[in-house]
Amino acid sequence: MSYRSSLEMILSEGRFVVTAEIGPPKGSDAKKIRDKAEIVRGSADAFNITDNQTAVVRMSSLAGCVILLSMKMEPIMQMTCRDRNRIGLQSDVLGAAALGVRNILCLTGDHQSFGNHPAAKGVFDVDSIQLLQIIKNMRDAGIFQSGDALLAERPSVFLGTAANPYADPFDAQVDRLRKKIDAGAEFIQTQSVYNLEKFSRWMDDIRSQGLDKKVHILAGVTPLKSIRMAERMKFHVPGTDVPDVVYQRMKNAVDPEKEGYAIALETIRELKVLSGVHGIHITALFWEEIIPALVKDAGLFNQI
Amino acid sequence: MIITKQKKFDEILRCIGDGPIFLIGCSECATLCHTGGTDELLAMKEALEKKSIPVSGYIVLEPACHLNNNKRMLKGYTKELERSEKILVLACGNGVQTVVELFSEKGVIAGADTLFLGEISRLNEFDKRCMLCGECLLDNFEGFCPVARCPKSMLNGPCGGSSAGKCEISSEMECIWDRIYQELKNKGKLQVLDVIQKPKDWSKAVEMKRRV
Repeated sequence: MSYRSSLEMILSEGRFVVTAEIGPPKGSDAKKIRDKAEIVRGSADAFNITDNQTAVVRMSSLAGCVILLSMKMEPIMQMTCRDRNRIGLQSDVLGAAALGVRNILCLTGDHQSFGNHPAAKGVFDVDSIQLLQIIKNMRDAGIFQSGDALLAERPSVFLGTAANPYADPFDAQVDRLRKKIDAGAEFIQTQSVYNLEKFSRWMDDIRSQGLDKKVHILAGVTPLKSIRMAERMKFHVPGTDVPDVVYQRMKNAVDPEKEGYAIALETIRELKVLSGVHGIHITALFWEEIIPALVKDAGLFNQI
Repeated sequence: MIITKQKKFDEILRCIGDGPIFLIGCSECATLCHTGGTDELLAMKEALEKKSIPVSGYIVLEPACHLNNNKRMLKGYTKELERSEKILVLACGNGVQTVVELFSEKGVIAGADTLFLGEISRLNEFDKRCMLCGECLLDNFEGFCPVARCPKSMLNGPCGGSSAGKCEISSEMECIWDRIYQELKNKGKLQVLDVIQKPKDWSKAVEMKRRV
């Protein structure tokens, strides 16, 4: 069997996967992204390049992906529906595939009001589920969204999206995941897991419907670096669930960085043995240098 | 109803010049929004005169978006209008443009911002309900419009950022997807959400003319 990306291959072989996030710089210096990439090289199987995350303007995801490819590292290109309509999105899918991008993560995108250009007009011509379906149809049926035919080569990409086990309404989330799979999602990266109990319940529902056999689930892990970050995650980041016990541990810690690291490590260890979880996705916000140690201490290093 | 909001008085003053100025309001939406009814026109007249800007006259059109009716109603104000340097319209963007159609040679000033198509929920409280997209999808969503009422116009379910039924971008705004979900759940119709809604046909939103 031929695989579209090495991420797809590793997941298909049933190996526990690690992906990590690299945020492009707020400037045009390619070295910034190379330096970050060098830090995490060898610590993950593939690397998400974010697409103007939290609606803050940064170097484009596609450019970041191409820089990573030039370093022989495998990128996952994040694509949001906030800044481009279906014409722009499909065009960038073709461009990315032409340049060697083999993994795409489809997201609706954070609302522009959260970013550094709140006066911008949000596009939202399509949503993440529609984007998945559009790219799947380009790849499998050779047609654009309009029904017009692709003429020169179809984009051979492995498709993913995000899922949030903590979103409201909770009982809608598994149905929503099933819909994403129907639309074309082959892998899922979840919201950062701090509340393991709730995450396990979500996974129970997923297994009971057999969805873990239809999609590869990578659980999100974001190490807490400070009390301030724990506060932000607990009280201000939409759709995040930091339980009181985790928050108190951070608050009472003599060394919050050390405690945050310990919490992340415990979380990874529990996720590793949770049935149906196929890997982890690490988002170490402004703390990329922690990733190599974290995967090594979690016993994941040797697999890569 | 077209929901409008009066621009700040200072902003209006900057556009007005020295006068004389003629004031136009609207008997429908702008009256109900307290933007351009008789009371608001009289208050504006008083405020302008306090700033020594002469007001040549005023009228509440019935409604301001009716071109031929405007012609008829304004016939009795020919002298006042001739004397006026500018016309201040306290109505929606449509009302302003219908007046411009008649007096393009004069300076016609839009005194209000047009916000959305919405309802009066309570006294002096207005909520967005429609964005005139040209193709009504309400029947797919139990009569609640996610195109107009979800800031991301999501058609396939909630974005995941809402909390306790409130939208992530404002705790004052209800998450319309939470509402749609609860409605479907209560009616035992959640399977409706399994259908993937196709990308919307926005070409319907650019219709520029309709004749009956």
